[in-house]
Amino acid sequence: MLWSDLERFGSFWDPWQEFERMRRSLFGDGWASTVVEFPAVNVWVRDDNAVVTTEIPGVEPKSVDISITGKSLTLRGSREPEEGQEEDIYHRRERWYGQFSKIIDLPFSVEVNKVEARFKNGVLYLELPRAEAEKPKKISVKSE
Amino acid sequence: MTGETKEIKKKDADTQKGIEHTRAKRLYTPDVDIVERKDDIVVMADMPGVDKNSVDVTLENNVLTIYGKVEAEIPEKHKLYISEYGVGDYQRVFNINEEIDRDKIEATVKNGVLKIILPKSEALKTKKIEVKAEMARA
Repeated sequence: MLWSDLERFGSFWDPWQEFERMRRSLFGDGWASTVVEFPAVNVWVRDDNAVVTTEIPGVEPKSVDISITGKSLTLRGSREPEEGQEEDIYHRRERWYGQFSKIIDLPFSVEVNKVEARFKNGVLYLELPRAEAEKPKKISVKSE
Repeated sequence: MTGETKEIKKKDADTQKGIEHTRAKRLYTPDVDIVERKDDIVVMADMPGVDKNSVDVTLENNVLTIYGKVEAEIPEKHKLYISEYGVGDYQRVFNINEEIDRDKIEATVKNGVLKIILPKSEALKTKKIEVKAEMARA
C-alpha cells in the first residue's frame, strides 16, 4: 500500500484504543451522534431570527439553490468530480460527489425578502428573520 | 452517489495513544481523495471553514500532515435548535512511500477544499523503455 493513515495504523496496535475507537464510531460521543442526511445543518434561533449553517465544501456558491415556503427551508446543490485521465489511480476516494436536496423545518415562518445568505470557505450561513406577523407581541398590562 | 439520499457524519480524528489535546476543541478527520497521476499525486481534502491562513501542510520524512484550524461562528444570543454537526479543527497524517519533488509542492484552498499537488521526482517519473528486437544473426 502506497498510502497509510498514520493515525490509524502508525503506532503499535493497542486493543483498548481500538475498542475505544469502535465504541466511538458506533455510539458517537455526544455531539452529532446520529447519522444525518447530507448536508448536515445547525440551526440557531432567537425570538425574531433564525440562523442556519451548513458545510458544503467544494460547492460553487452559484450552484446552491435556496428556497423557502412557510416554515420550511430547502437547500439544493451539487458537486461535480474533477475531470480525470484514464491512467489516474485512486488511493483514496472518500469525498462525495453528486446532488443534494435537504428540507429543514424552522420553528417559525420567515420574512422571505429579508433573508441573507453568505458562503465562505465552504460554509453556507443563512440569516432568516422571523415573519413580522408571527413575531411575539408584548402586551402591556394597564393598571385600572 | 447521485440523486440518492446521502448520509453523513463527521469523523472524529483518531487520537494517538498518550497524546492529549491541550484545547477543549474537537478534532475531525477530513474526507480525502488521493489521486496518483502520471507526474504527480493530488490530495484533496474537504475542510469547510478553513482558508489559506488557517491551514498547515507539512512534509517531513515522508510524513505528510494536514492541519486546519476552524473558529466556530456562533450567532449572538441564539439558542441551538438543531445540531447535526460539530465544528472543530481538522487533522490527517499520511505516510508517502514515493519520492516527491519537495520544492514544487503546491497547496491551494478554495471553497473549503484543500488541494495539494505533490510532483513526483524527475528520477521516478515513469520512463518508457523501448524494447528493441535483437537482430538475428545470419
